[in-house]
Amino acid sequence: MATGTVPGPGKARGVFSAGRAQIAEKTLRTDNWRASPIFMAVILGIFVVYSGVRLFMNDNYYAAQEHYLTPMYSPCISEACVEGSSDFGTWLPDLGTGVPIAILAFPILTLFRATCYYYRKAGWRSFLLSPQACGVPEPWKKYTGESRFPLVLANWHRYFWMGACLLLLINTFDAFKAFEGVGDGIGMGVGTVIMWVNLIALWMYSMSCHACRHILGGQLKHFSKHPVRYRIWKFISKINPKHGDWALISLFTVIATDAYIMAVSAEWISDFRFFN
Amino acid sequence: MSYEAHFRVWRGDIDGGALHDFTVEVNEGEVVLDIIHRIQATQAPDLAVRWNCKAGKCGSCSAEINGWPRLMCMTRMSIFSPEEIITITPLRTFPVIRDLVTDVSFNFKKAQAVPSFTPPKELQPGEYRMQQVDVERSQEFRKCIECFLCQTVCHVIRDHEENKPSFAGPRFLMRIAELDMHPLDVADRKDLAQDEHGLGYCNITKCCTEVCPEHIKITDNALIPMKERVMTRKYDPLIWLGRKIARRS
Ligand code: SF4
Ligand code: SF4
Ligand code: FES
Ligand code: FES
Repeated sequence: MATGTVPGPGKARGVFSAGRAQIAEKTLRTDNWRASPIFMAVILGIFVVYSGVRLFMNDNYYAAQEHYLTPMYSPCISEACVEGSSDFGTWLPDLGTGVPIAILAFPILTLFRATCYYYRKAGWRSFLLSPQACGVPEPWKKYTGESRFPLVLANWHRYFWMGACLLLLINTFDAFKAFEGVGDGIGMGVGTVIMWVNLIALWMYSMSCHACRHILGGQLKHFSKHPVRYRIWKFISKINPKHGDWALISLFTVIATDAYIMAVSAEWISDFRFFN
Repeated sequence: MSYEAHFRVWRGDIDGGALHDFTVEVNEGEVVLDIIHRIQATQAPDLAVRWNCKAGKCGSCSAEINGWPRLMCMTRMSIFSPEEIITITPLRTFPVIRDLVTDVSFNFKKAQAVPSFTPPKELQPGEYRMQQVDVERSQEFRKCIECFLCQTVCHVIRDHEENKPSFAGPRFLMRIAELDMHPLDVADRKDLAQDEHGLGYCNITKCCTEVCPEHIKITDNALIPMKERVMTRKYDPLIWLGRKIARRS
């Protein structure tokens, strides 16, 4: 018994184009292909909402006693920054309550993640539905991908990566500062551990980046003439396949670190200290 | 262990067609292509299907199995449960010829449009010397069996017939990347990749990588590195500025 109908000529595009096998179904996939793009959309949605709220909160970003500065506000360079949080100077005037203090770090980090090849893939699949899943038709009549303005600017990812690496060096400084004791001497609390876990995740994310892989070695034609860069490239090539995992892991560690520091700074919880 | 499986196979040609139901015997260790051959031998002798090696090496038996582009000879029946209905259609990105056979000549035209390996002029054949570390990166791409599953799944042309003239597809963008990384190739392939072969259309959503039966990391190792190379050539503002200044002086 034969089943199936022939689609009308009016909407003949994509898999229904003239000449192709005439199959009524858009996709014949039988697995649960909707799950993954929806899951991703939820995760990204949570992050966008969380970071948006935090950006405009302008408060509870520094736990002064424990010397914890959240990565979302680091470096704190505004004159409005609370005392002790600005190790790199305050060269930005206080712009008033409505303006986020994190006006430097935030755009760099947002553009860094937004142009990351992994998040681009996630965005195309979850929000632009191009395609939602492999072999599932996208709903758009036209598609030019990343070949035109403004999406072609995603190519500038390497510059945002460089900016993010500078911020990461500052985050590294912050993580060392988290070993300062309450009062005098050295100390360590749960917050220190959280900050270090986050730092490692961020370094893994940034070092497994595709632009990083290209800049540090991938652009070469003759590896044999650059043995050191070849070894660096080899190393990055080992962690690069897991770049997507690090992108998500570091997303969660950033939220967790920020939320923890916010809670300690607002005195909703007190930091458990291993020693002081 | 044998059982009777339920298959739905698309039959037809350019004028139309439909999915036909078949109940067919399946034995332990068989692959989808075995079952298609059994249908051909016992129920539909004129069923058209393309195949050659039955070993996942010739790239002829590409089809869509439950909507997923696969090699029929490398798809084991054991991945399906006995109750499952298994739907087989021809590739849905290229024109159909008959039943499971499609016209994949689009790919041959795109292959032709990629300028071939271009060694330096003064170098004679036989004088080529290369270090292993210089060639090993592109060796991964040489595993390609030209099954065109990646071409089939790529939404740029699967969902947009109108993009076919301006987009070479993952397999041939990978070929361009392979040559661009080749230590002895001197041709300029960056502008070509972007302007003629539509690298910018690729939105790195990785379906090509997901379906490749040779497990080539097409997106991560060929397309993204090629995008980075194109970026340096065409979109890097600092390099652009440097070039302007150099031209002035
Ligand atoms: S990664 Fe690019 S080339 Fe590969 S299927 Fe997706 S859009 Fe096509
Ligand atoms: S790259 Fe992989 S999927 Fe594409 S034609 Fe070659 S073997 Fe087939
Ligand atoms: S590719 Fe993801 S950070 Fe660069
Ligand atoms: S018959 Fe050769 S790859 Fe399947």
